[in-house]
Amino acid sequence: MNQLYASRRRRNRIAMGLSLLATVFGLGWLVLILGALIWHGFSGLSVAVFTEMTPPPGSAGGLLNPIVGSLILTALAILIGTPIGILAGTYMAEYGRYDRLTTVVRFINDILLSAPSIVIGLFIYEVMVAPMGHFSGFAGAVALAVIVIPVVVRTTEDMLLLVPNPLREAATALGISRAVVIRKVCYRAARAGMLTGVLLAVARISGETAPLLFTALNNQFWSVDLNGPMPSLPVVIFQFALSPYGDWQRLAWTGALIITFAVLALSITARVLAGSRKES
Amino acid sequence: MSIAPVSLRAVAHPAEIAGPEKISIRSLNFFYGAFRALRDISLPLYAGKVTAFVGPSGCGKSTLLRVLNRMYDLYPNQRAEGEVLFDGENILSPEQDLNLLRARVGMVFQKPTPFPMSIYENIAFGVRLYERMAKPDLDGRVEESLRRAALWDEVKDKLTANGLSLSGGQQQRLCIARTVAVKPEVILFDEPCSALDPISTAKIEELMDELKEDYTLAIVTHNMQQAARVSDFTAFMYLGELVEFDTTSKMFTAPGDRRTQDYITGRFG
Repeated sequence: MNQLYASRRRRNRIAMGLSLLATVFGLGWLVLILGALIWHGFSGLSVAVFTEMTPPPGSAGGLLNPIVGSLILTALAILIGTPIGILAGTYMAEYGRYDRLTTVVRFINDILLSAPSIVIGLFIYEVMVAPMGHFSGFAGAVALAVIVIPVVVRTTEDMLLLVPNPLREAATALGISRAVVIRKVCYRAARAGMLTGVLLAVARISGETAPLLFTALNNQFWSVDLNGPMPSLPVVIFQFALSPYGDWQRLAWTGALIITFAVLALSITARVLAGSRKES
Repeated sequence: MSIAPVSLRAVAHPAEIAGPEKISIRSLNFFYGAFRALRDISLPLYAGKVTAFVGPSGCGKSTLLRVLNRMYDLYPNQRAEGEVLFDGENILSPEQDLNLLRARVGMVFQKPTPFPMSIYENIAFGVRLYERMAKPDLDGRVEESLRRAALWDEVKDKLTANGLSLSGGQQQRLCIARTVAVKPEVILFDEPCSALDPISTAKIEELMDELKEDYTLAIVTHNMQQAARVSDFTAFMYLGELVEFDTTSKMFTAPGDRRTQDYITGRFG
């Protein structure tokens, strides 16, 4: 065997070994986390978790109010954040593709995308909670919406940029106006990817704790009043896990398990949608 | 398919076969930023005739075509100077409504570009935006357009199938049907067959021959035989200039310019 080729093969083996090692190391932690979650959380899973309110220390109860609270906060945040994100992304990819403004917005959006969520919580505390004088579900939803917007802006812009220009030209050549071309042709071509972005945003915010601590706070009782403090799963987990009571800690594990699997299911849905786009 | 481009048509004098001018291009200059891609182009497109634009890559023939429906307006830093008269009106004027212009000047592109929707919708889509039609009338228009594009028999049983599920040649004919459906007056073909096999190409050439009864056609092509087969007039362009414009029969038998002759006979390009 050629000497050069032999050394190349050796180096290939080393690189492959290192890559494999890194993969195993990364995946190992993930498996351990999931394993611990299932180990501690699964035993606490029961009907009562989904039907009863959070208990005072020492008595039985469930997670119904934080689960419903989380669903409401997440839904409202998506409702507020998605239209803004899609419209902004559309401007950047379609109308203002060659504008300087787009470059600026993209840069700021990328910063927002990686901004620590606790900063967003503090910001909403300053502009909403402090003037209103009390914590509220609204403030929580707005804080989550601020996290949703950059995710949706980014995916919308990226997906629209993937729509080939000839498709736009072909539609334009039929005498179709810009707005209709975007709505009927570009959105349709980018639909799966844009939906994936929204689902990713849902996955992202459903586990957020920090922005809710200063905004929606928490509530030990059943509450669907958006004008008052609202319970949410991440905050309840945070509170219960830090408590000295065994039954609260067990509920925290169960709550963590529920969030993790909900997010996992969403991610898989997003993957399947993204995959089906390539086939069609 | 004949290899010899000559002798396909009897030699005729331009005046004999030229009719009224549908489009008159007058001292047109075109710029991509500072780069001047077209230099003082003047030529007519005669009503009901096929005009072919030939020339080596980068000579500006596609650019010229994209001026005729102002497609270049989609992009920044592209501008045209001069006049393009369409039925006597200058379409380069800022008052020109672009959507109306593009509805009257259709375009078929190099690569087939079906919209991500059903075959039926691909055609009905453009029609609906300009005409309010009852369902049966719209159905009729879709069928008529597909028949004109010689695609009806192949797709009549699967009109709800996605347009992207068709073969390349069928997709291109779908695009032609879509263009014909909005009843334009002029159709521009930008290398419509360069991505197609010879059978699909032959079908589309046949189609162009039928379409010129009702429309004014312009085609950009790299294929000399194709230009000879389908066109009545040929314009030879080189480095952004119009070298020669004449009847196709004259251009392919007795070109006036040395460069035209060299290009057509394959000596360069």
